[in-house]
Amino acid sequence: MTRPDDRLWTRLERMPITRRMKRTVAQIRAVAVEVGVLVDAIWRRSLQVRVVVSTLALSAAVVLVLGLVLQTQIAGRILQGKEVDALGQAEAGAAVLERELAGVDPDGEGAQGELNKALDRLTNASLSDDAGSPSAGEFRAVLTTGPREPGRGVDGSGADEVSAGTVADVPADLRGHVAGGSLARRYVTISAQGVEIPTLIIGQPVRTAGRDLEFYLLFPLDAEQRTLSLVQSTLIVGGLVLLLLLAGIASLVTRQVVRPVRQAAEIAERFADGHLDERMPVHGNDEVARLAESYNEMAGSIQAQIRQLEEFGALQRRFTSDVSHELRTPLTTVRMAADVLHASKDQLLPALRRSSELLVTELDRFEALLADLLEISRLDAGVADLTADRVDMHGVVNRAVEAVRGFAEESGTPLRLQLPVGVYAEVDPRRVERILRNLVANAVDHGEGRPVDITLAGDEHAVAVVVRDHGVGLRPGEAALVFNRFWRAEESRARRSGGSGLGLSISIEDARLHGGWLQAWGEPGRGSAFRLTLPRAVGEPLTTSPLPLVPDDRAASEGSAPEPAPASSTSDAAAGSVPTPVHGLAAVRAAAAMQTQDDR
Amino acid sequence: MKSRVLVVDDDPALAEMLTIVLRGEGFDTAVVGDGTRALPAVRDLRPDVVLLDLMLPGMNGIDVCRAIRSESGVPIVMLTAKTDTVDIVLGLESGADDYVVKPFKPKELIARIRARVRRTDAEPAEQLSIGDVTIDVPAHQVVRDGEPIALTPLEFDLLVALARKPRQVFTREVLLEQVWGYRHAADTRLVNVHVQRLRSKVERDPEHPEVVLTVRGVGYKAGPP
Repeated sequence: MTRPDDRLWTRLERMPITRRMKRTVAQIRAVAVEVGVLVDAIWRRSLQVRVVVSTLALSAAVVLVLGLVLQTQIAGRILQGKEVDALGQAEAGAAVLERELAGVDPDGEGAQGELNKALDRLTNASLSDDAGSPSAGEFRAVLTTGPREPGRGVDGSGADEVSAGTVADVPADLRGHVAGGSLARRYVTISAQGVEIPTLIIGQPVRTAGRDLEFYLLFPLDAEQRTLSLVQSTLIVGGLVLLLLLAGIASLVTRQVVRPVRQAAEIAERFADGHLDERMPVHGNDEVARLAESYNEMAGSIQAQIRQLEEFGALQRRFTSDVSHELRTPLTTVRMAADVLHASKDQLLPALRRSSELLVTELDRFEALLADLLEISRLDAGVADLTADRVDMHGVVNRAVEAVRGFAEESGTPLRLQLPVGVYAEVDPRRVERILRNLVANAVDHGEGRPVDITLAGDEHAVAVVVRDHGVGLRPGEAALVFNRFWRAEESRARRSGGSGLGLSISIEDARLHGGWLQAWGEPGRGSAFRLTLPRAVGEPLTTSPLPLVPDDRAASEGSAPEPAPASSTSDAAAGSVPTPVHGLAAVRAAAAMQTQDDR
Repeated sequence: MKSRVLVVDDDPALAEMLTIVLRGEGFDTAVVGDGTRALPAVRDLRPDVVLLDLMLPGMNGIDVCRAIRSESGVPIVMLTAKTDTVDIVLGLESGADDYVVKPFKPKELIARIRARVRRTDAEPAEQLSIGDVTIDVPAHQVVRDGEPIALTPLEFDLLVALARKPRQVFTREVLLEQVWGYRHAADTRLVNVHVQRLRSKVERDPEHPEVVLTVRGVGYKAGPP
C-alpha cells in the first residue's frame, strides 16, 4: 500500500541533492560526535573545568530564582502602592462628582455638557489639589451614563449613551461590574498610537438625580513599568556580573587546589618514568604540604627498595657471569686433558677408551651449557645488543635448517619446507638463526621421526615462521612452561639429545630483543607448533601474525574423531627488551647449536 | 730447530697442561706465572710466540701485552675467558696478534700458534712496492725514503699479503685466512684492529691512508706504488 511512497522515496534518494544532503547530514553528525568527544575529554580530564562549570550552572540557577523572586516582590509592592493610592483618588473623585452631579439627570438634555464640565472640574481640582489629598499620579477620568436599558449590550448604542472621556478604553466586563453597582478594578493594556500602555482602571458608580453613572479612573502605569524594567535590567546585569565573579572565584580557588595536585601528578609521572630522584616541593603546613611529605616519603622508600632490588639483581647477574668466567679456566684444563687422552684412545683398554669418549662428549655439553648460561646472563643484564640488517628471511631460515639437517637425517625425520623467497625483514640474522635452529632441532627431537613442517610467511607489518612437529605434543598448560629455564616435560627427563635446558629461554629473549613474539601450542598426540613473529622494521609494534599458531588440520589428525574444542594450550610472550655479542669459536657454536635445544 | 713458546699464566694446572700439549706438538715451552716476570722472560728467552692469559695477578694482561709490544715484535696470542667486544678489542689494540677464547680445544690453540710461527721458512728474494714504501720480503724490512719502519711480524705479513697482489681487493675473511690462518669465518675485528695498527706505522697521515686503502663494504687493497 505504501508502494507509491516507496517509489517516490527511492527516486528522491537517487536525486543528487538528496544524496548531497545526506552526506552533509552525515558530516554534521560526525563533527557533532567529534565535538562531543572533545568536550567529554576536557570534562573528564580537567577538575578545574568541572568545578567551574558546575559552580556556574548552580549559581546561575540560584541567581535566576533569586532574581525572579525579587522582581515579583518589587513589582507586587509597586502595584500595591499604586492601587491603594488609586482607590483613594477614585473615592475622592467620586465624592466630588456626586456633589457636582447631584441635580443632573443623565438622560436629560445637556447631560453631555454637564458631564464634561464635571470631569474638567474633577481634573482641575486634583491638579490644583495640595498635599493631604490622596495622589496617585497622572490619570484620565471617564464618566458615562451607560446604556439606557440595563442588560443591553454596551457596545451597540453609542447614541443612547452619554459619556465624557475615552469610554472605549474600558473593557466591557469591568463596565458590567460597575453598572451592577460595585467598585471594581482591572489591569489592562491600552494601545494608543501604536504604544501599548499598561493601565490600572478603577471603576465606581456615581449616584445622581437620575440613574447611576459609571465613573472610571485610568491610571497609566508606564512610569511603574519603566521602574520595573530598570529593576529587571539591573537584576540581570547584576546577576551576570555575579555569575562571572563566581566563575572567576571558583576558577581561582580550584586552581589553588588543582595546581599542587597537577604538580604532584607530573612529578609522579616522571617518577614512574624512572626518574627516581623526583620529589615534590613542600611549602608550609597545609594538606598539600602533608600530601607532598607523604608522597616524598613513599617515593623515598620505593627508591630505596628499587635500588636494593637492582643491587641484588646486578649482584646475581655479576655472580652468574663471574661463575661462568671462573669456570672457564679449569674447564680449559680438563678439556685439554680429555683431548690428550682421547687422542691416544687407541692405546687404551676398551673401558678407558669409552670413558675418554664420554668425557669428551660430556665436556662439549658442559661447554654448551656454560655458553648458554653466559648468554642468558648477558640477556638478563641488558648488555646484549641488536645488530639488525634488512635480510631475506628465506636465507636465514634455510641456514638454520641446514645446520640441523644432519641431526634430522640421523633420526630419519623428513623436513618439509615452505619458504617463499623475498620475505624481507629487519632482523639480527645471527639471533634469528639461533632461534630457528633451536626450534627445528627441538621439533626433530620431539617429532618421533614424523615430518617436521617449517613455514615462512610475511605480511605488511610482520614476518612469521612456524615450526610444527607431529610428535607427542604438549599437555594442557605446558605451552606456558616450555620457555621456563631448565624446564623439561616429565617423560623427557631422560633426555635424548641433551639440550642445556636454556635454549628456548634464550630464544624467547632473542625474540623480545627484536620486539617480536615466540609462542607455543601443543596438544597431546597432535604434536606441537612454535611460532616466531618478528616486526618488519625494528621498533614497529606487533599486533597480528601472518601465520596461525594453532594448525588448521584437526580433521586429519591421526584418524581419531575430531575433538569438539581441543584443550589447546598456547603461551604468548609479548615484547620486552634485553640486549648479546657473538661468542667466539665457530666450532663450539656449531656444536652448541645442536645442543641448545630445550627438552620438553 | 724447535719453536719456543712462552706461556704466561697464573693457573698452574692450565700452564702445566699447556706445556704437555705443546711439548706433544713439538714446541719448546717456558712458563711464567706472574705478569711482572713476563717481560724479563721475553728478553731472556727470546720466544717465538707468547701465550698470554689476560687475567693475571701482579700485572694486568693488557699492560703486560703493551710492555712486551713496546720493545719486541714477538707474536702474542691472548687467552681470554671474556668474549665481550670491549675486552677483545682492548686486548688486540694493546698489541696482541690473535686470541683464543677459553675453553678451547688443543687443536685450535696449536693451529693459532703455528699460524704465528710458520713464516720462518726460507723465502725467495722478493722486492715489493706499496704506496711509497718498499718491502724487502726475505730481509723482513720495510723502508720509506731510506728510513726503515719497524713492524711486528703480523703487520709485516699483512702488508706483504696486500702488496703481493696490488690490484686485488681483499675481504676481511680472505685476510683472516691468509694472514691469521683461520680456515673458516672468524672474528673480523682482528683485521680491523690490525689494519689500524699497521696504518699508524706506515702511513704518513693515518686519517688519509695511501698505502692500505679501504674499499667500502668490501675490504682492503694496496695503494698504487
